[in-house]
Amino acid sequence: MAEPTVAVEVPVAAEGELLAARQVDLWRAVRLGLVGGLTAAFVSANGMVAAFSERAVLGGQTLGSLLLVAVPVLVGYLAGRPPPVLQGFATPRPGWRNVAGGLVAGLLSGVVMAVFVTLIATFDVRRILINVTPGLVREAPRLLTFGLELGAGGLVLILALNAALGAVAGTLHLLPARWRRAVFAAALWVLGFAMLQPVIVQVLRGIQAELRIWTAPLADFLYEPTGALSVPGAVAVAALAFGIHALLTREGRRPVRARLEPLPERSRRLLRLVVLAGILFVLGLLPQILGPFLSEVLNIAGIFLLMALGLNIVVGLAGLLDLGYVAFFAVGAYTTALLTSPQSSLGVGWIFWAAVPFVVLAAAVSGLAVGTPVLRMRGDYLAIVTLGFGEIARLLFLSDWLKPTFGGAQGIIQVRDITIGPIEIGGPQAFFYVIFCFVLLAAYVTYALQDSRVGRAWMAMREDEAVADAMGVNIVTAKLSAFIAGAMLAGFGGALFASKIGSVFPHSFSVIVSITILVVIIVGGMASVPGVVLASFVLVGLPELLREFAEYRFLIYGALLIFMMQRRPEGFIPSRRRAEELHEEEISQDAGLRTQATMQQQAGPAEDGRNETS
Amino acid sequence: MALFEIRGLTRDFGGVRAIDGLDLDVDDGEIISVIGPNGAGKTTLFNLVTGMIPAGQGDIRFEGRSIVGLRPSQILELGIARTFQNVRLFPEMSVRENVMVARHCRTRSGMLKAIFRAPSFRREEQETRQRAEQALAFFGSRLIGWRFDTPARSLSYANRRRLELARAMASEPKLLLLDEPTAGMNPRETQELTELIQRLRDETGVTIVLIEHDMRVVKGVSERVVVLDYGQKIAEGAYADVASNDRVIEAYLGKTATTA
Repeated sequence: MAEPTVAVEVPVAAEGELLAARQVDLWRAVRLGLVGGLTAAFVSANGMVAAFSERAVLGGQTLGSLLLVAVPVLVGYLAGRPPPVLQGFATPRPGWRNVAGGLVAGLLSGVVMAVFVTLIATFDVRRILINVTPGLVREAPRLLTFGLELGAGGLVLILALNAALGAVAGTLHLLPARWRRAVFAAALWVLGFAMLQPVIVQVLRGIQAELRIWTAPLADFLYEPTGALSVPGAVAVAALAFGIHALLTREGRRPVRARLEPLPERSRRLLRLVVLAGILFVLGLLPQILGPFLSEVLNIAGIFLLMALGLNIVVGLAGLLDLGYVAFFAVGAYTTALLTSPQSSLGVGWIFWAAVPFVVLAAAVSGLAVGTPVLRMRGDYLAIVTLGFGEIARLLFLSDWLKPTFGGAQGIIQVRDITIGPIEIGGPQAFFYVIFCFVLLAAYVTYALQDSRVGRAWMAMREDEAVADAMGVNIVTAKLSAFIAGAMLAGFGGALFASKIGSVFPHSFSVIVSITILVVIIVGGMASVPGVVLASFVLVGLPELLREFAEYRFLIYGALLIFMMQRRPEGFIPSRRRAEELHEEEISQDAGLRTQATMQQQAGPAEDGRNETS
Repeated sequence: MALFEIRGLTRDFGGVRAIDGLDLDVDDGEIISVIGPNGAGKTTLFNLVTGMIPAGQGDIRFEGRSIVGLRPSQILELGIARTFQNVRLFPEMSVRENVMVARHCRTRSGMLKAIFRAPSFRREEQETRQRAEQALAFFGSRLIGWRFDTPARSLSYANRRRLELARAMASEPKLLLLDEPTAGMNPRETQELTELIQRLRDETGVTIVLIEHDMRVVKGVSERVVVLDYGQKIAEGAYADVASNDRVIEAYLGKTATTA
């Protein structure tokens, strides 16, 4: 263990030899400013600003104006950020350059916006860009110039506001990292409270109604009658977030986990039980607190989550890119409808639970039917063929040929509600519990399979199919079992969907469902259950909640996908190993340090190979 | 009867005859080296034996049973395991998981047992884990302890080769095919691996066929040497005999070298 391979504290040890610090790059600021300006112009031209202006979010401001001012703040922050410190370079001192970078970027985005505004004020472009409404600049409310006329200071306001916001965002870099993060936390909380107004108001009122805790006045304090976060409310939220963040990151604070470590096993088990009971209690009350509408949103997200967990097995674990996943969803829904609706061609009208075994069976059979012909295909070819299968399934359900069975475009109506004993699960609030149980089951199955013989076979197949085969993994069985496991979870999703809606129609099963589920698992993080859970609530739940977003849903999905692929290809909450794989160069140095530390701990002859093999 | 017999094996790739009427017998417990110039068909031979490419004509018999036409996983189950010339691990899986995969064919638990965590599943999982760790412990302290849970990708080159060997051994093979096990290793590591191959055979009784370019290794471990050239067997015997064989020298150095 002679010389260390990685110098741990270069900056201190070799002060004199460091190269001059790399400073904020002005050209980068210019580029960012232009990109930001174009983005702002784009969201104005495609109607997002106008649509979002319907929702008041903060004081007198709407989501539309928030979108406009977010651009200079964002580019100003990015442009003012010093470049990463490389080994051998000095750390740059924060100073005027950070502010200047932010200012330049903000000003530039303001210039682009000003040009755009002048253009649409001068020429009538509505024949080409139909979303450029007069309300943007020409007539009141003049969204893009914040109410001012162009000549009467509108342009000046755009330039000044953008430059100022950019500079302020750049100034953030003058703060120590901890305070900067606290400011971030405050901003994020305010944004979250402003956007999630319907949820928070409903929760506060729900708590009062259910638990008789006096929380409703809080809602009146936080929000104005327009639904916007009130200014005192925003200040309170920001202060709270700032305080909590500062408290959590104070020096010498030990993480909770570390503090629990020394406790005896019995107390820890007790604590775990208490936490679990608390979570169950909250979840039990959740639908009551949330009310019917939000429960319905939660249910939709839950069904997608169920399917995302299934697709996660197929794509994330087994590495089989299936773009026709909606087919299994459809099979589950139609099986349920056929067996439980008295109006269907079978007309048996069973209860839901009697249909479940048949859903499992039908899903498994359809999994086999799709899996068998694509056994020898990999990667892109597999994706294309499964895409075809998804469409075939939809067209079969729609076809005249099978109309006697599936009802063609009229679908099947009067699917029975789920019953538990004598209780009928009618409303969305009761339905939440059913969906929750199925999701829990799916999450458990994912975890159980991941850490088993079958799961390892899937992963080996994902990594290198030929070698997995040579190492004894029966590729045929492994592929088919992955398809079947995924199909069953999607089948459950379909069954729940059918009984929730009460009817099934072929148009519910278009390719966009497959794509949405795939986006959910990519954005959330492949093979990561927590990531998939978060992503399905954000990507499926949120657009249901904020109707303004629904129209731009796929634009936002697309932008998000591009961003994720560029910056966080492993997803929001990645499974550990994928994060490492995709950020290899960034973490290689850390890994080197870790390895070294571990080897020093193990102290010893590990490096000298001779004596251990003899 | 030999453990492993090849009779008249022939395989064409388009117009190229990679293996040409090859006969080979391997007895139980032998260590055999297959050598030959580049493109002689050595790796193709391994690929044919393990079923990774479909066989042409001829027969391959293992323990008296023909294995032509079986899938690679079935051949492994019968007891023929291999390593690869350009190490092929499952890079994102942990070191331990890599080896556990090789136990796949020796275990039975399916999806249902895994979901219900049946006692038999737990027992089997426990045993798989132990076996994997034992196989890794064969290489001293290099692949055990904290390394169990590191991804295979993070290992050094030599350790990747060791891991590949451990993975092959974990499947309890009767015949082990090693494709250039010492390629890219330094002299000390090469020496160590030579001793290891010997020890492997002595302790587990596994029969070993290896492809090797390093003549010190060939000389050190092999009880018999088979020389291939253009898919044909041009010499066979003890190292000393083969090394002085004219056809072998010609194959390696060219015709002018023998006449000069």
